[in-house]
Amino acid sequence: MSAAWSWYEATARQRLLKLLDEGTFEEFIGPEQRETSPHLSLFDLPEQFDDGMIVGHGRLEGTRVLMAAQEGRFMGGAFGEIHGAKLTGLLRASREIGSIPVLILFDTGGVRLQEANAGEIAISEIMRALVDARLAGVPVVGLIGGRAGCYGGGGLIAGCCSALAVSEQGRISVSGPEVIETNRGVEEFDSKDRALVWRTMGGKHRRLIGGAEILVDDTMASFREAATRLIKRAPPLDAMTLEAEQSRLDQRLERFGRCEDARDIWASLGAADARSLPAMAYRDFVVLADRLEKPRHDAR
Amino acid sequence: MEHLNYHHVAPSRAKGSKRQAIVGVVASGDLEVLVERTLPDTECEVNIRTAVEGFGDVWKAVVADFVERRSPGGLKLSVNDGGARPDMVALRLSQAARAVADQS
Repeated sequence: MSAAWSWYEATARQRLLKLLDEGTFEEFIGPEQRETSPHLSLFDLPEQFDDGMIVGHGRLEGTRVLMAAQEGRFMGGAFGEIHGAKLTGLLRASREIGSIPVLILFDTGGVRLQEANAGEIAISEIMRALVDARLAGVPVVGLIGGRAGCYGGGGLIAGCCSALAVSEQGRISVSGPEVIETNRGVEEFDSKDRALVWRTMGGKHRRLIGGAEILVDDTMASFREAATRLIKRAPPLDAMTLEAEQSRLDQRLERFGRCEDARDIWASLGAADARSLPAMAYRDFVVLADRLEKPRHDAR
Repeated sequence: MEHLNYHHVAPSRAKGSKRQAIVGVVASGDLEVLVERTLPDTECEVNIRTAVEGFGDVWKAVVADFVERRSPGGLKLSVNDGGARPDMVALRLSQAARAVADQS
């Protein structure tokens, strides 16, 4: 497996192993313990031995990290009872330790419909545990670039993180394209318009409006480099950071509140040819993005 | 959900010393195989859970072919199937045997 391997195409286990220093990953509650979902068999659905969530620890450029990775191809990476409990437990452990950063490799459509109540509770438990960990001084960094993107409760959890890195292929939102279309009609959001989906929720747009700190290339090496950088500069969760975040969001609303489309936002940021952004190569885009809107590291 | 279980006598012990490995994902058309070195050297067991019922004969043939080709003595293989085709099953079983043979 080479460092140029696609993050998007890789499985959760491949991502974990390639992200960490070779041979350092140790799993908690591994597949051999068969802690599978207690709900799926009621629906005659196959289980996965790790319930689509892999948790453990390892080293990143020598630094000890706790890790969680969602398998986006199993049930769309969706949160269920066990899946969620593994991440809650990891975050609670990180709060107790107080110094080891946590990396969350999101790849999720949100809550698993077959265990909806347990899944929704898991989301709130994870958010609480994440905030507690950050209050104890633990950096919690989210990495997003999988097939399922980061939607539903996953989008809420990502919003609680100290910092996010996203690839162009990764998408971050709460309601997904189909959900918006179902609730508000095709005039509001045409979920079949893939270009619209990507320019509204995709990594490039999230980077430009401050929804993610770093846009990464779709390679293992690029994610590794971003994770290493972000765990070192995570802002503390205190009143100053929250105030900075609030003012950042106020300014964003003031600047872009009247924009109808992501392209209007890019144009008002000063992009000469906003229509060219989606097709722009990674390196060119990063240069342009740094010129248009420097990432802020005082907020979140 | 169909539960299938096959026991075989393998001619020789599976290579390597790794205790366990896991390959694949329970996704549409794919499967996961958890392989554990827990059995006596000439035994092999394959446990399968699949939502696609009524294909026991095909599973039996694919597993028998795997045991003959790989001689996975000592290995217990547990399969969660997401509706994989027989060729995919054969590849994943072989991959699991290879993964547990790697030193680590």
